[in-house]
Amino acid sequence: MTSQKVMLEVQNLTKLFGSNPKRALPLLEQGATKEDILQQTGLTVGVHDASFTVYEGEIFVIMGLSGSGKSTLVRMLNRLIEPNAGSVSMHGNNITKMNHDELVQFRLHNMSMVFQSFALMPHLSVLENAAFGLELAGISKPERHKRATQALEQVGLAGWENSRPDQLSGGMQQRVGLARGLAVDPEIMLMDEAFSALDPLIRTEMQDELLKLQEKYRRTIIFISHDLNEALRIGDRIGIMEGGRLIQVGTPEDVLQNPVNDYVRAFFKGVDPTSVLSAKDIASSNYPTIIITKGGNLRTSHEILSSSERDYAFVLDPQHQLQGVVSADSIQDMLEEKNPDNTLRDAFLPHILSVHEDDTMQDILPLVAHCTYPVPVIDSENRFKGVVSKARFLNTLHRNGEASTHAKAQGM
Amino acid sequence: MFEEQVIPLDVWISTCINWLVDNHRSIFLKLKWPVEQTLTGIEHGLNALHPLIVIIAVVLLAWRLAGWRTSLFSSCSLILIGLLGLWENTMITLAMVLSSVIFCVIAGVPLGIYAGRSDRFEQFIRPMLDAMQTTPSFVYLVPIVMLFSIGNAAGVLATIIFSLPPIIRLTSLGIRQVPQELVEAAEAFGATNFQVLVKVQIPLAMPTILAGLNQTIMMALSMVVVAALIGAGGLGSPVIIGLNSLDIGLAAIGGIGIVLMAVMLDRITQAAAQKKN
Repeated sequence: MTSQKVMLEVQNLTKLFGSNPKRALPLLEQGATKEDILQQTGLTVGVHDASFTVYEGEIFVIMGLSGSGKSTLVRMLNRLIEPNAGSVSMHGNNITKMNHDELVQFRLHNMSMVFQSFALMPHLSVLENAAFGLELAGISKPERHKRATQALEQVGLAGWENSRPDQLSGGMQQRVGLARGLAVDPEIMLMDEAFSALDPLIRTEMQDELLKLQEKYRRTIIFISHDLNEALRIGDRIGIMEGGRLIQVGTPEDVLQNPVNDYVRAFFKGVDPTSVLSAKDIASSNYPTIIITKGGNLRTSHEILSSSERDYAFVLDPQHQLQGVVSADSIQDMLEEKNPDNTLRDAFLPHILSVHEDDTMQDILPLVAHCTYPVPVIDSENRFKGVVSKARFLNTLHRNGEASTHAKAQGM
Repeated sequence: MFEEQVIPLDVWISTCINWLVDNHRSIFLKLKWPVEQTLTGIEHGLNALHPLIVIIAVVLLAWRLAGWRTSLFSSCSLILIGLLGLWENTMITLAMVLSSVIFCVIAGVPLGIYAGRSDRFEQFIRPMLDAMQTTPSFVYLVPIVMLFSIGNAAGVLATIIFSLPPIIRLTSLGIRQVPQELVEAAEAFGATNFQVLVKVQIPLAMPTILAGLNQTIMMALSMVVVAALIGAGGLGSPVIIGLNSLDIGLAAIGGIGIVLMAVMLDRITQAAAQKKN
């Protein structure tokens, strides 16, 4: 997973639109809603009291319906919109306190942006567009063209350098936008509804492209989206906004399983939980495990199984790596052979299947359905993380179904 | 009601102009100096060149910018102008148009850029531009003569006043038409105010600015006849002389010369603007 080094710290960020917005700040502190503020002061609340932390190398998705303030929030991070209160700091540098020159330097080198409307310069070629940020930074032509060419290669646009943006399809234009953002090699990349203007098919393709890039380069990305499936697909963590407030922040699984209120729940209505929840989210550890050193003792194993009242047990080595699965019957058979050379290993069920902890429920469904025993879940080092039984699987589906019916009943 | 004049504004204006003429004429004559220098420079240059060289230059320019049709039309027009005996007058008019356009661009583009970026300045300058475009030119010919005396340079000054508004207006419009998201994108990547202007706003406004230039050139040409009233030479003078002596033929060939020049300049500059698009 992501390293937990803090990249960006956002505290109590607030933005009101209208004249003399500071006068509404005390009202907001008293807990007035967006509607109250509009009625009493005529001011529109863009963002109220948003605080969150973004860790290095993660994709942090800010999600909400239109008008929930997500675009305003992201623009306050690089101060395209000036916040009325609160602070943004990166590596301890307070961005909100920077003067104009410092801000320009910060935007040149530390934070780039990709726009919903692509915002490519129509009078420049694809290469010049990709090199735009570098040109602003005063980098020499050969150097910036070299770096822009590399960035274009990264996004799969090699060979298009001399085209004009209007000769490209929407998806390709946004690749140029992405290349422009990557070329300056920023510490953080802001993506404001970057794929929302694209066809669904192209959108998915771009998401995959982004994830592929992310696997290689591990950038810190703040991604704005109103599309939940997109958020779940690419987000390491999600922040959900409603009416200018950031109401929940967590991993997709976390938000899906423990929504803080009906608004969040309603968001997930219609989302297929099997595409979000992974094996480790639903793995349970209520099956017995047997740690063996050499061969393993059949009798003690038999004892463990019968006392747990389960039919299967999972055999691990001292490093918790999965060795095999035994059933009450297979141990019984071995014991009945009365062969003193028989060890626990001889009782292992043949062809043991297991699933990786990051596989989604969708991925593991066929295995769980066909397996006679609960499917063991392992991590990349083959360490045992729990099991997924048919009952467990069905239970998870049922619980999520219940959540969305509940939201429906609330009229959301 | 309103049978008598209550506010003697006409008297005030006369007094004011007379006071300026009596006390500060030297300032105005100094203002005229750069205009005069530019004008005579261009005029001498054009007249010193052999007509054939001028024709070849115009034809090549038209060919590069606007294609062979305009090029062919330009060569025919220039030859016809020469055969009609209008060559020298045409060169004077061309020099007057060019020098007034040069000053219009020098003053108009920066003003237009500023108006494009500042709503307050736009509001301030708009009524002045309206006045410059709609005030009948005869109204300011008299004070111009009083302050700058007569001749080609005074004619150029009157032409500048008349033809300055379109380039300011269209430059401002061009800057305003640049999509806000492009300006925002440039800012997000760390562009300074100046970089936004030079790398985004001006390049994208260029077609509109060139359309303004085209308008300015056309307006400048249409002032040629009026300028002839205050002693400026060029294609306007045969028209004025023809009018005064009821010589229809003379007035007509002056008119033909102006029309041919107007069409030539219009086609060439419009093609240049479209090429930028």
